[in-house]
Amino acid sequence: MTTRHENELVAEDGAGRDELTAAAVTIGRRGLLRAAALGSLGVGVLGALTETLVAAAEPATSTPSGPVKQWCMIIDLRLCNGCKVCTTACQTAHYLHEDQTWMNVYTMTNAAGENYFMPRPCQMCEDPACVPVCPVGANFRTPEGLTLVDQSKCIGTRICMNACPYDARYFNWSDPVPAPRQPFKQEPEWPVPQVKGTVGKCIECAAMLPTGQLPECVTNCPMGVLYFGDLTSDAAVNGMGATIKISTYLAENDAMVFKEEYGTHPRVYYIPGHGQDLNNNPSA
Amino acid sequence: MTDVIIPNAGREQSTPQNADLRAAALRPVLETPRWWWPSIIVLTVLVLGGIAAWIYQVANGLGTAGYSDGAFWAIYEANLVTFIGVSYGGAVVSAILRLTHAAWRAPLTRIAEATALVTLPIGMVFIIPHLGDPSRIWELVWPPYWNLTSPILWDFFAVSTYLLATIVFFYLPLVPDAAIALETLEGEAPSTRVTVRKTLYRVLVGRFGGTPYERGRLNGAIGLIAIMIIPMAVSVHSVLSFAFASSSRAGYMETILPVYFVVAALYSGVALVVLTVAASRKLFHLEAFVTPRHFVRLGFLMIAFGAAYLYLTFTEYLIDGYSGTAGASAWVYQIVAGRYAIPFWIYFVAGGIAPLFIMMFKRLRTTSGVVVASLLVVAALWIKRLVIVIPPATEPLVNSPLAKGGVLAGNWGTYHFTWVPISITLAATAAIPLLLLVVFRFFPILSVSEIEELAEEHGTQEVGA
Ligand code: SF4
Ligand code: SF4
Repeated sequence: MTTRHENELVAEDGAGRDELTAAAVTIGRRGLLRAAALGSLGVGVLGALTETLVAAAEPATSTPSGPVKQWCMIIDLRLCNGCKVCTTACQTAHYLHEDQTWMNVYTMTNAAGENYFMPRPCQMCEDPACVPVCPVGANFRTPEGLTLVDQSKCIGTRICMNACPYDARYFNWSDPVPAPRQPFKQEPEWPVPQVKGTVGKCIECAAMLPTGQLPECVTNCPMGVLYFGDLTSDAAVNGMGATIKISTYLAENDAMVFKEEYGTHPRVYYIPGHGQDLNNNPSA
Repeated sequence: MTDVIIPNAGREQSTPQNADLRAAALRPVLETPRWWWPSIIVLTVLVLGGIAAWIYQVANGLGTAGYSDGAFWAIYEANLVTFIGVSYGGAVVSAILRLTHAAWRAPLTRIAEATALVTLPIGMVFIIPHLGDPSRIWELVWPPYWNLTSPILWDFFAVSTYLLATIVFFYLPLVPDAAIALETLEGEAPSTRVTVRKTLYRVLVGRFGGTPYERGRLNGAIGLIAIMIIPMAVSVHSVLSFAFASSSRAGYMETILPVYFVVAALYSGVALVVLTVAASRKLFHLEAFVTPRHFVRLGFLMIAFGAAYLYLTFTEYLIDGYSGTAGASAWVYQIVAGRYAIPFWIYFVAGGIAPLFIMMFKRLRTTSGVVVASLLVVAALWIKRLVIVIPPATEPLVNSPLAKGGVLAGNWGTYHFTWVPISITLAATAAIPLLLLVVFRFFPILSVSEIEELAEEHGTQEVGA
């Protein structure tokens, strides 16, 4: 699977990344599903066509102006105090209802019965569960590795909410919060205001990134929990201005991804430190 | 077009039996009983109420139907499965019984096929309130938008194909009957009603002349569709289950789900056929053709599926509950002893045990006994679909309750029924009798030629006529 190539970019000088991707199989399960589905539908020709189209849509590794950025987020759970400033900052910026917690801070319990906090944005999966299930192709992945929703296409079946293992998707059950004129037009990269009857979720503030701005939650986190960076340049920063070398930081701090066993290959890495188990398995 | 050849030319046709049969088949077409208009009005009002509720929902968002991020699928999805499910009765009674040469089916086939013809589109209509933005539903039929990896799209293809097959399956056996009806109507005093029906029947009959050769070809075609419609019916409900099962959610991600859905559909489908046959028999005085023996046989057919369904339910819950894994066991616990226990046990008693019990004893196995059992099955299987659809859609995937130290702890989402989906569900339920009354207003309620043919082959006793 070509989606694996980004990992190799950092694996060269980061041994920790190897561990992270140890479970990576050569064929993504979504690819398998796609192959099986098309086979059973008996549309071999269409299948080949789709594969070609999919291959064409795979992110390009570089452009004349340098490699295409591969966005990622690193969340240092050791520092999070559960203040939820990130949640509110995100909701203010995107004009969301109170229960639309694109950045949701969960109160978790570790094996010793102690609480800790875990912020959960969209995991920006390399093999997103939400994309293949959409009947009208409203979900897609950008060359920079962001999974986005086209709210002008979404018909609101909510099957993507069923598919996402991280509960990262939020529906617009009623009229959206009214928003003033925005610097960007309503588009997948900046879905403001939200559209009634469609699905929304964290976009890693896609429209702000080309201008060099960090996502709202990252900028506003008073604890410096959230780092945002680019895997190709192997560097990330947090809202306090601290810069890290991603590969070393992940390796040295035993980074993990959330629910690794689901095969979604998230691009959000968690630094544990509370004896927790991100796989949500109480027996650990 | 006065030269339509009498379909059973060469057969004696003026026996009192045949005359009775033909009159009975066309009675709903020609006579307007006193209850007819009041029923039509009441049912139409209910349907309009549902449409009004839907308009309200479109204006105010799906939230008015009780949905939330903590319950993203609920009653509409369960209704979709339920209503498409009951349309299987037609396929079973007509197709399976035809293929097994069960002669007793003959007086039931038209009613069963009409029930399928009516319930399938009603089920499909539930796609509309289910969607967040129904104004974009055209994207489902516009190929540039198709994402072939989506189970919802497979559903859409499968159900549409099945609808087409159901229409053909209703139409083909109607051809010789339309010819007979046309002949019967010749004797009627001319009126608008008669003229309209005559024109309709002429179109349906087309160039079918009723010669033995044509009859043979027609029967061949019906046999072929009967064979085709069975795998189609199986695939529709299997694919319907894929939309749920192709996820990583405990309770949805079950390999048993396709089989489970198919058997539930067959079970509730036969039950609905019992109800429509019983109602038609009473309202249109078909007692001479539809006998208590029909009900007992349908009851046995129904209960065979019912037992299979009970077995599948047991298997699913036992294995998932036994596994002890966080998601699956918590889900089973919620169903058998937790927040979904009441609806689950209602299904178990009313839809699992009671019908078995009724069919087990000769004294309970009467016509009214079978009707009561069927009523229980149809209602209980709707509740069971809610129990299938709602719990996994309300289970949080992050920070699951089990991880918090107890299966009952934690912030499970909840689905709250509101008047909007209840009105829409009532409307859909009312639409079944409404549309059936309209169908029988235009088409013979009994498949006259099939009954006559089978009576000739097997004797009137066997057909029940
Ligand atoms: S976290 Fe969920 S919504 Fe985000 S890309 Fe992964 S599957 Fe899709
Ligand atoms: S990255 Fe942007 S959209 Fe995503 S949670 Fe943070 S503020 Fe919200």
